[in-house]
Amino acid sequence: MSVVAVRHGAVTYGGRHVLRDVNFEVTTGQVVAILGANGSGKSTLVRTILGLVPLAGGEIDLFGTPRARFRTWARIGYVPQRIGAGSGVPATVGEVVASGRLARRGIFRPARAADRDAVRAALEDVGLLDRINDPVTTLSGGQQQRTLIARALAGRPDLLVLDEPTAGVDAASQEAFAAVLGRFAERGGTILLVAHELGPLEPLIDKAVVVHDGRIAYEGRVPEPAGHHAAPGHDHVHPHAEPERPAICVAPTDRMPAS
Amino acid sequence: MIRALVGALIIGLTAPALGIYLVQRRLSLIGDGIGHVALTGVGVGLLLQQSPVLTAVIVSVVGAIGVELVRERGRTSGDLALALLFYGGIAGGVVLVGLSDSNSGNLVQYLFGSLITTTRADVIVIAILGVAVLVAMLALRPALFAVCNDEEYAKVSGLPVRTLNLLLAVTTAVTVTIAMRTVGLLLVSALMVVPVAAAQQVTRGFRTTMAVAMLIGVVAAAAGVTVSGEVDTPPGATIVILAIAVFLAITVGSTVWRVLRQRMNLDGNHQHAEPSDVVLQAGAR
Repeated sequence: MSVVAVRHGAVTYGGRHVLRDVNFEVTTGQVVAILGANGSGKSTLVRTILGLVPLAGGEIDLFGTPRARFRTWARIGYVPQRIGAGSGVPATVGEVVASGRLARRGIFRPARAADRDAVRAALEDVGLLDRINDPVTTLSGGQQQRTLIARALAGRPDLLVLDEPTAGVDAASQEAFAAVLGRFAERGGTILLVAHELGPLEPLIDKAVVVHDGRIAYEGRVPEPAGHHAAPGHDHVHPHAEPERPAICVAPTDRMPAS
Repeated sequence: MIRALVGALIIGLTAPALGIYLVQRRLSLIGDGIGHVALTGVGVGLLLQQSPVLTAVIVSVVGAIGVELVRERGRTSGDLALALLFYGGIAGGVVLVGLSDSNSGNLVQYLFGSLITTTRADVIVIAILGVAVLVAMLALRPALFAVCNDEEYAKVSGLPVRTLNLLLAVTTAVTVTIAMRTVGLLLVSALMVVPVAAAQQVTRGFRTTMAVAMLIGVVAAAAGVTVSGEVDTPPGATIVILAIAVFLAITVGSTVWRVLRQRMNLDGNHQHAEPSDVVLQAGAR
């Protein structure tokens, strides 16, 4: 069954085409990675699927329903690139993860035991249950990313959408990530993730979609790494990508000499 | 005096309950801006010889919705649009009050608050609107927290983000207007922000921050009204100064406590701690 379907999708930013005639499909139980360089439009593609960026042309279906009429948002768990702009007011890990229940329980009904259990189970899954009462700001970058995964898992979604989940995350957290996603996929969950570098996630991926210059350049099995990406011991660490501004040429950090 | 106290207590409880969401969004000064706009509403009321509270509610709600729509667009010119709105608001208020028959002393009442002249009808309006705002802020806490913490995530969760944002804008305008009789339009923002700033020095979570901020707000309001009655100072400014004093006391207190605890930890672990010169040498190598 089709979970996400994009047909002739197009996105423009201030008159410039960011995505052109994009067609692809994710079916139930698949783990799909969208790959591409910085500024290729890969993040824009998932943000468009989720309705955060307006579609200039084409159609998107979610779980077989046109996106404009799609209402069962609880079926989707979204994991953004990083925690919301570090607000001034402290919030505990448990409070942030509890936001993930809102899609299921609605905004007027107070939290019940089932909601609290789901929050604890999600934190257990990502290995952060002992931090439930700690302020999120005291967590490391990787732990904050795991908190965001727990928030998405707390809603018991059928589809997880992750935007560069491992960018700038330490190796231990990347392994923890891969394990969490692996368990989600084993339970029959569908995953759509954007990545610049797959790392320990690679064995999970059923299908790779490579976005280049706003178009889908490749669709199929994960391409073999080439060039110095493939070199053993190549320490591939990237800073967080700047929000995509297509008019600006992003320096190809991959091609910089490794120090 | 009793009327003054009741009015102040309601504001002391309501303003921080709303203000915590504004602080979380980094919109701490929005209350101040809406206060400027509300002054035009006061001017309209005085000119038309209607209740200034009523006209101020209407004008500031319209202003707040305008500000929210500008913010939603997220354009850089939004900053300038806000400035135009705020200064237009205060200038319009001053001109309209000047055109009306009332004297300028009347204007000061609204700018800095005047609990003593608060009528019975005023207190009833303050109580009804204050309780409505308070209930909305407490009942919708999870949803408002989600929207203020991560707006995009809230959208993908299917929350009515736009409605919740407009609700915040409208309740901000209502709170500013009902607080104008207590602390005045120029100081109302302080009661929304200072108790929250004080509370978050010592709290770890959102819910506890909200509870502690509301407690600080109520205590500052009650103490402010009492003190101003005793020593004959303007109540609004007294309440704000007390709230800032609480902020300073908590900040200094928690810093001292943290330093002391670190010292105690160091003393306790002294045997295990590496001598500092060894660490320095290792670092230099």
